[in-house]
Amino acid sequence: MYAFIFFLTFLLIYTIFAVYAERKISAFIQDRLGPMEVGYYGILQTVADLLKLVQKEDIVPTAADKKIFKPAPVIVFMAVFAGFAVLPLTSGFKGAEVQIGLFYLLAIISLDVVGILMAGWGSNSKYALFGAMRSVAQIISYEIPLGLSVLCVIMISQTLSLQEIIYQQGIYIQHLDEGAVNYLFGIKALGIETTNIGGILTWNIFRAPIFLIGYVIFFIASLAECNRAPFDIPEAESELVAGYHVEYSGFRWALIMLSEYGMMLLVSFLGAILFLGGWNSPLPNIGSFALADWTTGEPGTLPGHLWGGFWLIGKALIAVGVQIWIRWTYPRLRLDQLMNLSWKYLTPAAIILVLLSALWRLLMI
Amino acid sequence: MDLSTFVFYFFAGITLVSALFILFTRNILYAAFALMLTFLGVAGIFVFAGAEFIAITQILVYVGGILVLIVFGVMLTNRLQGQKVLTPVYRKLMGLIVGGGLFLILFKAIVEANFGAITWVSGNTQTEPTSLKKLGLTLMTDYVLAFEVIGILLLIALIGAIHMAGGKRKEVSDAS
Repeated sequence: MYAFIFFLTFLLIYTIFAVYAERKISAFIQDRLGPMEVGYYGILQTVADLLKLVQKEDIVPTAADKKIFKPAPVIVFMAVFAGFAVLPLTSGFKGAEVQIGLFYLLAIISLDVVGILMAGWGSNSKYALFGAMRSVAQIISYEIPLGLSVLCVIMISQTLSLQEIIYQQGIYIQHLDEGAVNYLFGIKALGIETTNIGGILTWNIFRAPIFLIGYVIFFIASLAECNRAPFDIPEAESELVAGYHVEYSGFRWALIMLSEYGMMLLVSFLGAILFLGGWNSPLPNIGSFALADWTTGEPGTLPGHLWGGFWLIGKALIAVGVQIWIRWTYPRLRLDQLMNLSWKYLTPAAIILVLLSALWRLLMI
Repeated sequence: MDLSTFVFYFFAGITLVSALFILFTRNILYAAFALMLTFLGVAGIFVFAGAEFIAITQILVYVGGILVLIVFGVMLTNRLQGQKVLTPVYRKLMGLIVGGGLFLILFKAIVEANFGAITWVSGNTQTEPTSLKKLGLTLMTDYVLAFEVIGILLLIALIGAIHMAGGKRKEVSDAS
């Protein structure tokens, strides 16, 4: 139960700062100042915007299909927020500890497509409909490389439980499975055991170095899942005004924005868990400097919770930062380029990666 | 009434009400979105029965895949004039007879059947959550033929879909 309350408050606070960060980073990249008026360096700008937003009238267009138009933002938000249920934030965190957490996460995320379609159709506006169609086509296309890159991790980790996947990537690997050991680059033949060294050396991108490519594929696909630039053709301001949520105002619009930022956070968490070691420390044990021991903390204890939360949230927020950075750096892809990238480059690369992961798994045992 | 009974009736209620709504609404799109509720309700019942994996597969395949495809189909074919997409009702009497008859047969069979006497039901009374490893192993050993046949069938369907959809349009090499 506390997972629900924690993630709800965390998501709200995070969104306020993420919007501020987005505006400040974009301003920095474009050599502007960004919001400067409200509070010190404009830090309260988002809070002021939020207050304004909540007071706004909830406008429903006369021609809109009200039965579909009204619940659509709720469904989009629910789909994204339900994904947070299975995230293991720390080593002792009791969210929903289901065996099939990863599978559940992928399935529940795909529900937001339905919400987007409802919003686009219910608005009864051609811009909204175009936006929804593009968005859904894009999300469905990019779910394939995303799913395949996740599949690679499942093949190496041999489990669908997110908590287990994280445990395997650190010094507490034997906490769940007594006999488990980690080798450098996952190759047993090298004979260099890293079980007690931990740190970055046991992260999945080091356990199987092919995951460096896997993470890039995952990251690109996750950008498209969130409809973020350079894959923001569904919301292309210059041609569609704002995409599928163009007719929304007030609180419903805020919900859609909240789920968009929530989705960014969710895929960043997922990327950190699958590839970047989850709540494990990046610092390895070097001889008598047991940095990994000092910065991880025994599972279930207070230091374990604090360090775990710090590392995982830190990694996720850095990934969100990179998403923002990319948005303001790269131009938008054209629709055909978008589909080309997904179907002709990412998907074949991901399929090859699945094959390589199977081979790599053979090296590991 | 304890919590689990309440949860069961909650999901059963969602399934039933949304299924009835699909029957009685004449707006195709409302029916499609109500179908989502039906699928979710059935997924909830699967979880309740201890079959988490089937429940998630149900959501992934039916809600994330097939339902979106249905809605997409309706949108791409019908929206153009701006009016609502309504379906007329044909052959009410015949439909009622066939549907009612099927229901009667099923109802009779379920009431008459003695499920407790079937060996694979009475042999599996443990209620622990399904082990994923066991499921995977069984799928790749005992049921591997069915598994592979389904795989090939899907591949054939995929190739067929590509053949039907592609190849007719000339690619323009220069988009500008």
